Amino acid sequence: MEQTNFQLKNQKTQSNDWSARLHHATRATREDWMGKGISYLCIGVIILVVASMLWFITSKGIATFTQNHVSLVKFLTGTNWAPDQGQIGALPMIVGSFAVTFAAAIVATPFAVGTAIFMTEISPNRGRKLLQPVIELLVGIPSVVYGFIGLAVVVPFMRHLVGGSGFGIISATFVLFVMVLPTITSMTVDSLRAVPRHFKEASLALGATRWQTVSRVILRSATPGILTAVIFGMARAFGEALAVQMVIGNAAIMPKNLISPASTLTSQLTTGIGDTIDGTLPNNALWSLALILLLMSLFFNALVRVIAKRGQLKHER
Amino acid sequence: MNKGSKVAIGIAALSFLLVGCGKATSSTSSKSSSSEALSGKVTAVGSTALQPLAAKAGANFQAKNSKVNLTVQGGGSGTGLSQVQAGAVSIGNSDIFAEEKEGIKADKLTDHKVAVVGMAPVVNKDTGIKNLKMAQLKQIFTGKITNWKEVGGKNQKIVIINRAQGSGTRATFENAVLKGATAVKSQEQDSNGAVQKIVSSTPGAVSYLAFSYFTSKLQAVSINNVTPTDNNVENNKWQIWSYEHMYTKGTPDKATAAFLKYMDSKTVQNSLVKDMGYISIHDMKVTKDAKGTVTQN
Repeated sequence: MEQTNFQLKNQKTQSNDWSARLHHATRATREDWMGKGISYLCIGVIILVVASMLWFITSKGIATFTQNHVSLVKFLTGTNWAPDQGQIGALPMIVGSFAVTFAAAIVATPFAVGTAIFMTEISPNRGRKLLQPVIELLVGIPSVVYGFIGLAVVVPFMRHLVGGSGFGIISATFVLFVMVLPTITSMTVDSLRAVPRHFKEASLALGATRWQTVSRVILRSATPGILTAVIFGMARAFGEALAVQMVIGNAAIMPKNLISPASTLTSQLTTGIGDTIDGTLPNNALWSLALILLLMSLFFNALVRVIAKRGQLKHER
Repeated sequence: MNKGSKVAIGIAALSFLLVGCGKATSSTSSKSSSSEALSGKVTAVGSTALQPLAAKAGANFQAKNSKVNLTVQGGGSGTGLSQVQAGAVSIGNSDIFAEEKEGIKADKLTDHKVAVVGMAPVVNKDTGIKNLKMAQLKQIFTGKITNWKEVGGKNQKIVIINRAQGSGTRATFENAVLKGATAVKSQEQDSNGAVQKIVSSTPGAVSYLAFSYFTSKLQAVSINNVTPTDNNVENNKWQIWSYEHMYTKGTPDKATAAFLKYMDSKTVQNSLVKDMGYISIHDMKVTKDAKGTVTQN
């Protein structure tokens, strides 16, 4: 009895089937909609978070100029940083940040490129088995540990080597060198691997030695990728706070040489933020430093995009 | 039925039993002391110098009042004062008077002094310095004296290590020693711990620390032949000291008030405060106001 009922129902639905199929979304389509909805929602949330962060930092950062009426030129070129006395010249920190960033990138790049060539061209097998895990390990070490090692090893070493207190740009450079090395190396490895195989084969077939092939063909065609790697490394160095703060000495004075204490934008932020009151000049000035950091990382990102675009054009030609 | 589910059932049964027991005991205890059953949430944020004491006292307080949810956080005196002013936390911990901080409306806050901290200049042991005159100390920190031999020590360059601008310890030290003069620009560290480590390892280094951070690896310096001891702070012979404040806004709720009362009690002041290297406010023979004027009690 039940079975016949069921069959009857089934026939009925089958007669309506085509119109139903044509007029209503199938399960697969509904899943499709849902998937789309979920991903749009996620993107929306992320855009909202990023936009509100940009808005927050910008509005706080410009308060120094709009509420406290400090002139932007004075802020960027002044060398006296004493927010409690109303003096906020940020140049020493800006110079300090750029100095450690460039120095670390200059020291780290040759090592990173050398390691990457070894891993891709000279000994890919050993590279993958030995160096890959080492580099991944270096990425995973928290920055406070790097700072500790810097304070316990690098600073005393520098003190014995060059005198002074040991705190300064050169110690910070050493610590940052180890920190940006894995970033630059692994991205350089990726860009070397992306060089088309026939470039290398053609070069070798023309009678070029391995060194000639590596230096004139592979490195040349991977240059945009390597530059991108260096800039990513610099972005990391520029934003690093803890490790640098522990070894640079945090003195808000214009760095005269590499071995005297200096300070960076990030180190001033972390030392100062707990002791300032919301809405006062010392606090707003720190937000302005944060705004400079934000603008710089946007600049680094834009630079990476420009380089990537130019690189693509070269490959097509 | 596999092993895992058997274990799970066992745990479930056991937890039922435990919950039963817990209910039984709590109901009896609430009968015996129903009048003192405090509850609520107390958050104390701010000074890292006060944090260890507040955290320890808070833990002891919570052990007695299990329904109170008490959290103690660091963040710095500035954070403590601005958070309590904004009404975001119940207690703002600070090393300095609210009146001393720009942007804080001190008249809206109530001050509860819970302890006293003495601070003293510290030098690296190599310098050979054990005593300085107040004037010499001022000249060192304003950059007029740059070599230890000028004040009777070794021929060694002076490396000044300051605390961050706006730090409570720095404010206290500069009020007592520099008296309005501007400190020379130098290294700045953001915690007592970092200063302790750096002074003991850097030749020629000088800084200042709370008494509780003295170690055998660095030399605490006497000023005008007065040694930095608790007794000398209590009668103001040693002048570099500050109160540890707990600020509240408006009338504190019951749980907060009870905690503040507990901080002032003999249990805390006579044992915990002293054990942790602070000086009890009950022992002070003088009073200092926000302007730095000291009066005999």
